[in-house]
Amino acid sequence: MGNKGAKGRSLIRSDATQKIMAFGSLIVLIIVFSLSSPNFFKFSNIVSIVLSTAVNGVLAVGVTFVIITGGIDLSIGTTMTFASVIAGVLISFWKLPVILGVLGGLATGVLVGLISGTVISKMKLPPFIATLGMMMITKGLSLVISGTKPIYFNDAKVYSKIAMGSVLGKIIPGFDIPNAVVIFLLMSVVASLILTKTSLGRYNFALGSNEEATRLSGINVDKWKIAIYSLSGLFCGIAGILMSSRLNSAQPALGQGYELEAIAAVVIGGTSLSGGEGTILGTVIGAFIMSVLTNGLRILSVKQEWQTVVIGIVVIFAVYADSLRRRKK
Amino acid sequence: MPVDDNRFEVNKLSDVLVLMEGIEKTFPGVHALRNCKFELRSGEVHALVGENGAGKSTLMKILAGVYSKDAGRIIYKGKEVEIANTKAAQDLGISIIFQEFNLIPHLTVAQNIFIGREPRKGIRFILNEKEINEKTQQLLNMMNVDIDPRSKVSELTVAMQQMVEIAKALSLNSEVLIMDEPTAALTESEIEELFRIIGDLKKKGVGIIYISHRLEELGVISDRITVMRDGEYIDTVATKDVTTDQIIKMMVGREIYVTSEANSESSKNEVVLEVKNLNRGKAIRDVSFKLRKGEILGFAGLMGAGRTEVARAIFGADPIDSGEVYINGNKVNIKQPIDAVKHGIGYLSEDRKQFGLMLDLDVEVNTVIASLKNYSKFGWINKNKTRRDANKWIETLKIKTPNLEQKVKNLSGGNQQKVVLGKWLTRDCNILIFDEPTRGIDVGAKSEIYKLMNKLAAEGKSIIMISSELPEILRMSHRVIVMCEGRITGELSYEEATQERIMEYATRRLK
Repeated sequence: MGNKGAKGRSLIRSDATQKIMAFGSLIVLIIVFSLSSPNFFKFSNIVSIVLSTAVNGVLAVGVTFVIITGGIDLSIGTTMTFASVIAGVLISFWKLPVILGVLGGLATGVLVGLISGTVISKMKLPPFIATLGMMMITKGLSLVISGTKPIYFNDAKVYSKIAMGSVLGKIIPGFDIPNAVVIFLLMSVVASLILTKTSLGRYNFALGSNEEATRLSGINVDKWKIAIYSLSGLFCGIAGILMSSRLNSAQPALGQGYELEAIAAVVIGGTSLSGGEGTILGTVIGAFIMSVLTNGLRILSVKQEWQTVVIGIVVIFAVYADSLRRRKK
Repeated sequence: MPVDDNRFEVNKLSDVLVLMEGIEKTFPGVHALRNCKFELRSGEVHALVGENGAGKSTLMKILAGVYSKDAGRIIYKGKEVEIANTKAAQDLGISIIFQEFNLIPHLTVAQNIFIGREPRKGIRFILNEKEINEKTQQLLNMMNVDIDPRSKVSELTVAMQQMVEIAKALSLNSEVLIMDEPTAALTESEIEELFRIIGDLKKKGVGIIYISHRLEELGVISDRITVMRDGEYIDTVATKDVTTDQIIKMMVGREIYVTSEANSESSKNEVVLEVKNLNRGKAIRDVSFKLRKGEILGFAGLMGAGRTEVARAIFGADPIDSGEVYINGNKVNIKQPIDAVKHGIGYLSEDRKQFGLMLDLDVEVNTVIASLKNYSKFGWINKNKTRRDANKWIETLKIKTPNLEQKVKNLSGGNQQKVVLGKWLTRDCNILIFDEPTRGIDVGAKSEIYKLMNKLAAEGKSIIMISSELPEILRMSHRVIVMCEGRITGELSYEEATQERIMEYATRRLK
């Protein structure tokens, strides 16, 4: 029993290696694109990259919780849209104050997550099926409620400021970073704290690692699962507000496909789809890798169709590299 | 009072911690418990023994809130209680340490011990990591165990995980502690340590229920013994009043003989398997040995000596750094288990649930799964043939199952082990690697497995038997190889092998 201390240390090392690997790939990408095009490493382009990461990033951070339980949430893209449509209805049709509209959107996200979580834990449906159904339901409801037309926020000018204004620019003149970016980074920090410092985070890993043992430890597995899916729903709500604020409209037809991009970001960031392992930092890096790739390829004038192909290849290799690392361990 | 109290010195009613009576439990196809009773007093170690499928674990899982009973009542400290789940049991002060551990692999030792009751700090949501690490360190220090509270459970050996389970139960301040096969994975010194801890707990008035197949231990550790057979209560006796043979007789309901046909005859036979200079990191270091036709080659050593690693390497389950394997004199390249099986090697893992069986599939499928080719034409499976052969093995190996359609997960441990054996025998493997073949298996099933191994060897099959039980190694092996820290440290013939010499080799590098 002499060498378990050493074992503990080597484990920490390999976790660190993984993060350095993902972060390293991001740095390499940035260097390559900077060398290939003078337009890449400009302040305005960097802000645009971070801005385009914000929505996908918030979704990815939220679904990281679900994926660590060993589950999946396919409804996050359409839930995001649904939340923005509800916010649009409250603000533009019912003429409610913007703050109530925003809260309504967030509550919608939480409610959808709550229902998914309940269906999964109480009705014992596989997460894939439950959230596939929820994806269709929210997609349909968005179209029904909006009458299939975009809802514009023209009467509430302040709404577009939520994502595109810059509170930071007012505090520090010249530092005009859009609120969306600040919200994304702030929510990532909050999520990381929840995952590593709170009981929700602890049980999240426990559930994904060995659900039966968690149940037998006297933990209310159903309750925590519902909480985790609701949390993911909350992040969908936040993403929905950011998205619609940026577009100054709720677009009911958007949304589907976002879930897979978010899941790809989570997986690139080293979170295991079989559950029990993962970090928020990894997911954030994963989201950045995806948007840096998209942005860089666009600057190099690669056609959009081909950008998708490249990202697909990257996802496969990222997961392969990660599984190689795990096998060595 | 179901127990004849006149037989015991302690007979004050107030001493009774737990009384279970009239307990009934039925699973699909199995009447697991029939009118069972059990009594536990504070400060006693009460052993619960019986063959596989006797219902010991089921009875204890009812007490611990894992299963619900169909009928009967549980009286705890004089009051009738309903134990709805494990949390309810824990709140009452009843803890169970499962035979198949119940830890969460990706969490640390301290996180596992305090799961579900983490101390908080600041605003109520933040976990106090420092406090649980310190408390865990104190617990482990008290137990005299050297484990880092911050290491992840998945990185610990089986023996260390066992210690973590015990530490977890201790930290719950339990008044009733149920231990299911606690020593199955421990070395001699760790067992001594465990017994010391059990002694301390007894002094504090904790009642301990001790399920074990190692009957020789019971004389040392237990005060009373309750015997179960086929889901029924047989008797409760004071340990000092009975002999091991009497207990065995009660357990199996008949006299049994563990036969030994070990001999050195096979040492003249031709070599069927030769391993040369096998290396894999620190786990396997320069291992070379030969296995002959009809031989039972015992692999002895302490936990973590590298025996299982060697077996897995030969079987192609883990990659190797270097080394050569020869079968019948021809060099073979085994990269995956499928290559090993093609060369006639069958591996019975020590962890049969994880590596040996498809738990959700039935007995028939599990028996023929490795040999489907022999049962199918153009991909179409001949059900009559698989049925006939599966039935044959059920009879030959005496597998206790209501029918062929029974899911393997509903069988007891010993019967599961027999199904794995049936799988490789169906495949007609000539080299069989038994890794802890009788771990967690009762005396009756043990002697059946020994007889089977002797029969297989006599038929010309070659067997590698990895075992941590020295009596088993000494009784069964024609030749013994001893490993320590990844190396072979000694080889002993049947005549040379003694408990002392094996232990000397097994600890060679630790001195």
